[in-house]
Amino acid sequence: MHITSPAFKQNARHALADANLQRALSNARTGFVEKRARAVAALPEFEALREEGRDLKNHVLAHLDFYLDTYAKAVEANGGTVHWCETADDARRAVVEICRAVGARTVTKGKSMIGEELGINEHLETAGIAPIETDLGEYIIQLRKEPPSHIIAPAIHLNREDWIEAFREKHTALPADRAFAERKTLIDEARSVLRSRFLAADVGITGANMLIAETGSSVIVTNEGNGDLTQTLPKVHIVLASVEKVVPTLEDACTILRLLARSATGQDFSTYTTFSTGPRRAGDLDGPGEYHVILLDNGRTSMIGTEFQEMLRCIRCAACMNHCPVYGAVGGHAYGWVYPGPMGSVLTPSLIGVDKAGHLPNASTFCGRCESVCPMKIPLPKMMRHWREREFERHLSPSAARFGLGAWAWFAKRPWAYRLAARLGAGVLGIAGRKRGRLGALPLAGGWTDGRDMPTPEGETFQARYARLKKQGLV
Amino acid sequence: MPETKPRVALFVTCLVDLYRPTVGFAAIKLLKQAGCTVEVPPNQTCCGQPAYNSGDKADAADIARSVIALLEPYDYVAVPSGSCGGMIHDQYAVLLASDPEWKARAERVGAKTFELVSFLVDVMGMAGVEASYQGTVTYHDSCSGLRELGVKAQPRALLATVAGLTLAEMEDAEVCCGFGGTFCVKYPDISVRMVSDKVENIRRSGADTLLAGDLGCLLNMSGRLSRLGHEVRVRHVAEVLAGVTDQVPPIGAGKGG
Amino acid sequence: MAGAETDARSRMLGRIRRGLKRGPLPESVASGLTERLKSHPRNLIPARSRIPRAEQLALWKANIVKEHGTVAEAASEAEIPGLVADYLASQNIPPVVRIAPDPSIAALPWGERPLLSVAVGRAEAQDTVSVTPCFAAVAETGTMFFPSGPHHPTTLNIMPETQIVVLRQSRIVGAYEEVWDLLRREQGSVWDGPTGTRFMPRNVMLVTGPSRTADIEQTIELGAHGPRRVHVILLKDEQP
Repeated sequence: MHITSPAFKQNARHALADANLQRALSNARTGFVEKRARAVAALPEFEALREEGRDLKNHVLAHLDFYLDTYAKAVEANGGTVHWCETADDARRAVVEICRAVGARTVTKGKSMIGEELGINEHLETAGIAPIETDLGEYIIQLRKEPPSHIIAPAIHLNREDWIEAFREKHTALPADRAFAERKTLIDEARSVLRSRFLAADVGITGANMLIAETGSSVIVTNEGNGDLTQTLPKVHIVLASVEKVVPTLEDACTILRLLARSATGQDFSTYTTFSTGPRRAGDLDGPGEYHVILLDNGRTSMIGTEFQEMLRCIRCAACMNHCPVYGAVGGHAYGWVYPGPMGSVLTPSLIGVDKAGHLPNASTFCGRCESVCPMKIPLPKMMRHWREREFERHLSPSAARFGLGAWAWFAKRPWAYRLAARLGAGVLGIAGRKRGRLGALPLAGGWTDGRDMPTPEGETFQARYARLKKQGLV
Repeated sequence: MPETKPRVALFVTCLVDLYRPTVGFAAIKLLKQAGCTVEVPPNQTCCGQPAYNSGDKADAADIARSVIALLEPYDYVAVPSGSCGGMIHDQYAVLLASDPEWKARAERVGAKTFELVSFLVDVMGMAGVEASYQGTVTYHDSCSGLRELGVKAQPRALLATVAGLTLAEMEDAEVCCGFGGTFCVKYPDISVRMVSDKVENIRRSGADTLLAGDLGCLLNMSGRLSRLGHEVRVRHVAEVLAGVTDQVPPIGAGKGG
Repeated sequence: MAGAETDARSRMLGRIRRGLKRGPLPESVASGLTERLKSHPRNLIPARSRIPRAEQLALWKANIVKEHGTVAEAASEAEIPGLVADYLASQNIPPVVRIAPDPSIAALPWGERPLLSVAVGRAEAQDTVSVTPCFAAVAETGTMFFPSGPHHPTTLNIMPETQIVVLRQSRIVGAYEEVWDLLRREQGSVWDGPTGTRFMPRNVMLVTGPSRTADIEQTIELGAHGPRRVHVILLKDEQP
């Protein structure tokens, strides 16, 4: 996938000026927040489950070598194949080889963020294999040739008119003058177009919400059921999963599942949660003849033992972005790669480099709402700060900002100089804005005054007034 | 309430020092009303948060160590800001975690440091104030105070005892106003967008006065309110609780003339 | 497994161990983890489903109805074909069903409803209605478990527009964990060391109502890819 993270600022400006996008985002903003709040309020144990979830994932990460190895052996014992892939390139190669081995011409796909990370669609197309997205949100953005803008609601940036336009343009076999009276008409059309694709596909590719070491199962969670059609109908099922998705047992999976849907969509449980364990068995009337797991690293094992290890607890529920006021203002595309919002601001620099993704951990007010809703209690602001520290150490932060900060720190460490400068500054600004109480423009502060007035200080610093009153015995 | 008069340090914060000294004096008045002996430790500057949040750990740690040494002698520290309060309460120990001695000192100072209003209510047991304010106010929950320090009910409890005051909650009172320290100048487009949403919620609450416990947020919201021409009075919550609103015009409002 | 991937495996495991600042786990630790896999202890189970039996049944029903499922009750197995026919008639759905080969479904007196056209097997593209058994259901969220096998093809759960589920009341339990234990017991769980257990059917679908999507303007519409209707016939096989 093309990376535009270095242009975050320009991306954000365009997003803020895009009236359609803003309409779609304002629709989305309240829905997710209210639904999650209701679901959480209805489960008194939610906070205790968060703590268990966090501890469970920490346990897994501390023994990740053991659990991955156990998981892989269990997959193989059930007749599946595990492909250990260190890089995106290794994974893409493995997928294409599996498809070629069965002479695949079309591949159906369930929603997979790893698929986005690999840019697997482009790669399959290059290999002459047609990938078809089947999650409705992924399908529409595939028609529009766009990346997803959200990790669980990929088309959250679109309005109904965008769907109608794309369907009219791409579903050319249907009457051009057909009416789209309601959302349901769109869903029905997509259902019928995609059903024929499911039946024709040679290979089905899904992601995985979890991998179970105890049984060698992969787990997917959907509401549409597209993931089930994707994996059940073709000859081959390929699971794209990253290494941190493994959990020990079915019981542990239940703990995560109790947190996942509530945090994501505000449902108590998603409509379909499917555990897949190997290929078709003797006597089975359906199911894939081959079952492959692409076990992707792509930089994750290198996060272990660093200050970013806790990010590997993430279960991709999207609660952080649903509650993030920055995401809510600019949407997901502005972040410029696969993972937007707070989790992306921590993960993206790990996966594509902080030199390219440096804006992301900076574009946060540290308001902490993400951490407060994260089902895995990941300290997202803390890790964004760690990225800022790395940028500062590597002199990647802008030089003007460094200079300003350096000057400020010099004063902050010298109380006598600080008092002098504060008195001067407060005095000058106080006189300049005395009448109106605010300034409309201020040299070197355009970032502030382009959209806001600068309220003026009272004029005398607290410390000066306190010292004066104290001398007079008045405090 | 503690048995003997506790000796409380007021950590003024640089924004109060520079912009709004009245908040500092309001804090002193409230702390005295609550039964504290108040001192203003000399040589205080800033808590170091700008450096800390910009990734400049070394400068932030230098500043943290001097603030810790400055505050150690007191029974408690009260800060008229959830943001600076959170920095001292929670973040110093994180920042100095690699040095066991300083980490322990940071934890000790952190444990006795509180945001002003929550200190008055939770530690000093203050149940009401002797103040009056004619108006309908809405209260913005600043992020650090709310999520790091649990400041939510305390200001509302005290505001409820101010004669003549009506509280009108705004929608999304807990959503960030877009200030975020250096964020507001590094990403002004996004910041202005966020504060515009906040201003819309303030306006829709019908309140004539906006209160909050953090001056950074207040300057941001006041600046946007006045740029859009909304006549909402903006004040730090301590000014209203201490009954000193007659001593200084609202934030961003001039002395006129 | 190809040689290159074996190397990739050891390099990935090696990086994990380096990050954790240790080598392979000592036997004492590894055997503790294996023991945990073997005993699969339960974590916190919400209290909401830990209630008297009658309330538990009511909770299951309230939850599946909240999730847009519908429920009819059968006093005996003999009533089931009639209830299927009545439901299809009430929904204006042609009386053609594909039923699971499971004996509990296939052996029902379908012949007593001659207007109902019944075929047994996996779902095909033209099938619009399926009738399947349900292994067990949980009161906690209304969720129903459908393990795959020769008697219960997965396609029946996902291809037709309407799925009719026959659920025995005695198979409603409180929480998901109870179903896993039923499955372990009834599928003859075999612990064969660290390569895991072998009781898991190829596919286990946990279904909570009909298929849906909120991808268009965050508004829920039913019948995205899977069934538009999930109708449960609850067989009252428990003494009150």
